[in-house]
Amino acid sequence: MRVLAAMSGGVDSAVAAARAVDAGHEVVGVHLALSAKPGTLRTGSRGCCTVEDSHDARRAADMLGIPFYVWDFAERFTEEVVETFVGEYAAGRTPNPCVTCNEKIKFEALLDKAIALGFDAVCTGHYARLSVVDGVPELRRSADEDKDQSYVLASLTPEQLRHSLFPLGGSVKSEVRAEAAERGLAVAQKPDSHDICFIPDGDTRKFLDDRLGEQPGELVDAETGAVLGRHTGVHGFTVGQRKGLGIEAPAPDGRPRYVLALEPKSGTVQVGSAERLAVRRIEADRPIWPAERPPAGPTECHVQVRAHGGIAPAVAEAVGAGVAIDLREPLTGVAPGQVAVLYRADPGGDVVLGSAKIASTA
Amino acid sequence: MTYLDHAATTPMLPEAIAAMTEALSTVGNASSLHSSGRRARRVVEEAREVVAEALGARPSEVIFTAGGTESDNLAVKGIYWARRDAEAARRRVLASAVEHHAVLDTVQWLADHAGAEVSWLDVDAHGRVRPETLRAAIEENPGDVALATVMWANNEVGTVNPLGELAAVCAEYEIPLHTDAVQAVGAVDVGFAASGASALTVTGHKLGGPYGVGALLLGRDTPCVPLLHGGGQERDVRSGTLDVPAIHAFATAVRTSVEHRQCTADELTKLRDDLIDAVLREVPDAVLNGAPADGSGERLPGNAHFTFPGCAGDSLLMLLDAKGIECSTGSACTAGVAEPSHVLLAMGADAVSARGSLRFSLGHTSSRDDIEALAGEIGAVVTRARQAGLAGMRKQNHEQGVQ
Repeated sequence: MRVLAAMSGGVDSAVAAARAVDAGHEVVGVHLALSAKPGTLRTGSRGCCTVEDSHDARRAADMLGIPFYVWDFAERFTEEVVETFVGEYAAGRTPNPCVTCNEKIKFEALLDKAIALGFDAVCTGHYARLSVVDGVPELRRSADEDKDQSYVLASLTPEQLRHSLFPLGGSVKSEVRAEAAERGLAVAQKPDSHDICFIPDGDTRKFLDDRLGEQPGELVDAETGAVLGRHTGVHGFTVGQRKGLGIEAPAPDGRPRYVLALEPKSGTVQVGSAERLAVRRIEADRPIWPAERPPAGPTECHVQVRAHGGIAPAVAEAVGAGVAIDLREPLTGVAPGQVAVLYRADPGGDVVLGSAKIASTA
Repeated sequence: MTYLDHAATTPMLPEAIAAMTEALSTVGNASSLHSSGRRARRVVEEAREVVAEALGARPSEVIFTAGGTESDNLAVKGIYWARRDAEAARRRVLASAVEHHAVLDTVQWLADHAGAEVSWLDVDAHGRVRPETLRAAIEENPGDVALATVMWANNEVGTVNPLGELAAVCAEYEIPLHTDAVQAVGAVDVGFAASGASALTVTGHKLGGPYGVGALLLGRDTPCVPLLHGGGQERDVRSGTLDVPAIHAFATAVRTSVEHRQCTADELTKLRDDLIDAVLREVPDAVLNGAPADGSGERLPGNAHFTFPGCAGDSLLMLLDAKGIECSTGSACTAGVAEPSHVLLAMGADAVSARGSLRFSLGHTSSRDDIEALAGEIGAVVTRARQAGLAGMRKQNHEQGVQ
C-alpha cells in the first residue's frame, strides 16, 4: 500500500511510521502545520505545533529513509477545531478538541487529500486496535489500557477507518519507547503531550476569556433557586466541576457543591449536591457506527463518557437520528458536548460498537 | 534525477571544486604577516581582482561576506545607519515589494527597531519595478530618503528589472541604490560601475561556487556602518577571518560563469522555451508568471514559473518529487510550510493561485532529458493534484456534516 504517515514529532507517530515501513508499505511522512504562528523553541512547551516538533518529525523520517513534507493545515485547523472549541464552550458544552481534530483534520482533510493524491491509507501513532474483516472495520481498545485512544477515534466513519492504520494498537507505551531507542530515533525519550496543543501554557480558562470576553452570570442553587454568587462566563465551568466555583458561603448541609448544568443564554450556572449530579440516562446525537449500522434493538454495552474514566454498564438503543442510553449504574460529570462511546459488553469489553455526541442527560 | 531547482542552488562548477580542493590543503590566515599568511592574502587579493574584473567593479569595492543574506543585511542596514547618522532626517527606505526575504525582512526590521519608514514600491503584473514608480516614491520627499533597494532579477518569477534606469533615477537625487543581484550574476550581463548602483549583492552557490561565501560590491564613496565588528579585515566594513579556500573557489566560479555567460544563457533560453512549450502543451490552462519569454531579455534565461489552476503547490511538488523531478513552490518558512508567495501577491495574484504555483529553474547541468522527463509527468501530476484540489486549506469543499 501507499501509506501517508502523519508525523507529529512525537515518539508514537515515529514508531508507527517505522512499523508501516517494516510492513512493506511505501511510506511518505507528513507533518501537519496546525498553528499559523508556530512558536520557536519554547522550553516546556507541549503539543504538536512547534518548530521543534516539525524538526523532530523530519529527523525521524530521515532515520526511516522516507520522504518528508510539511503540509499547512493551519487555516482548516483554526476553523474546524479551535473555533469549534471556543463555540462549544460558549454554548455551555464541553468539547473534546482531539476528537474534532481526528474527525475533521487527520481523518478528513488529511485523509481526503492523501486519497486524492494516490495514497491508500493514513497511518498514525494512536493507541487502538483496528482490523478490517470483509470490508467491515472493527475498532478495539489498545493493548495498553492507560494509553487507550479508542475513545477519541470512535467518531471515525467506517469509510475513514477502512483507510486508517494504527500500528501501535497491540503495544504498550514502554515497548514503543524501547523500540524507538533500538531504532535510533532521537524522540525515544521525548515526553508525552498532555495539554491541548493550541493552548501551550495549559490555561484553558484564560484562552477562552481572551476569545469570549466577560459574559457575567449567576451561580444558582439548583434546589432553592437562591443566587449564590456571580461569575464572568459559563465557559469557565464544566459539568461535574467542584473546585473554583467562587462561592463564599458553604452549603447549609455542609456538603460540597458541584456544577450541575450550564445555561449559556441566561448565563446561569446551576450548582448542587453530588447526588443531583448523578446521570442515569443520556440522549446523544450524530451517531457513528463502525459496522455501518446500529445494533438491532436495545443492546447491553459499556458506555464511556469522557476520554479518561467515566465508564458504566448500560443499555443503548438507536432512536430516530440519535441514541438513547440507559445507565445501569449512575455516572457523574457527564457533560453535553462530550462523546459517548459504546463498547461491546463481552468479557473483553473492548470492541467499539458506536459513538455519539452527548446532547442531554437526566 | 531531474533537477529543476537551480535557482535554489546549482551544482559547483568543476573549476571551482578544483580551486577549493587545492586551497583547502594549504594553511594561512590572510591577516598573518609571515610567509603562509602572505600566500593566503595573495589568494584573497587575486580573488578580489577576479571578482572585480568579472563584475565591472574596482577591487577595493569587493567586500567578501558569508553570502547573499549577509550582503543584503550589510548593505541595507549599513547604508541606512550611515545615512541616518550623517543626516537625521534620512530615515525612509524605498524597497520593492518583491524582494527576497533577506532584503524584505531586513527593511521591515529597520522599520520595527531602527526608526525607518518604508515606502514599498509596487510592481507591475510581470513583477517589474518601473522607474516612474521609484521616481514618484522619491518625489514624496527627496530629502528624507536613506536608500533604495531593488533586486536585479527576481528569484521566483525571474523578471529582470531595468536596473540602469532605476539607478539613473536615484542618481538624480543622489540616493544610493542597493541591488540584490544574486540571481542575475552569471545569467544576465551585470556590470557594477555601468549599472550606477552603489551596492550590489552576489553569492557563490547560485553561480557554481561554494555555499557560505559571497560578496557585497560597495561603491568607494558609499558610507556603510558594519554589522560585524572585530578585526576589520574587509575595508573595516566587515570583520572575520577570511575563508581563503571558499573565496578562491567563489572567484573562480564568478569568472567562469561570467566568461561563459552568453553561451550558457543562449542554451538555457532554448531549453527554457522548450520547457514552457512542453508544460503549456501538457497543461493548456497553466499560466506562465512573470515577464514573457519573448527574447526581450526581461526574463532570466533559466526561469519558468507557472500557476496551475485548482492545484496546491505542495501537492504538485510532492507528486513530482515521487517521480524524481525536483522543483520549488517558492519561498519556504522555517517550519517548511509553503506560504503564499509575496511576489505573486504583489503582482496581483490572489492567495489561492499564489499557492498553486511552481518554479522550474535551469542551470549549467540542465539538458534536454530534463525537459522530456518533466513533459512526461507534468500532465498526469497536475490531473492528480487537481483531484486533491485545495483539500486541507479551506473548508468550503467539505460542507457536509459541518455545523
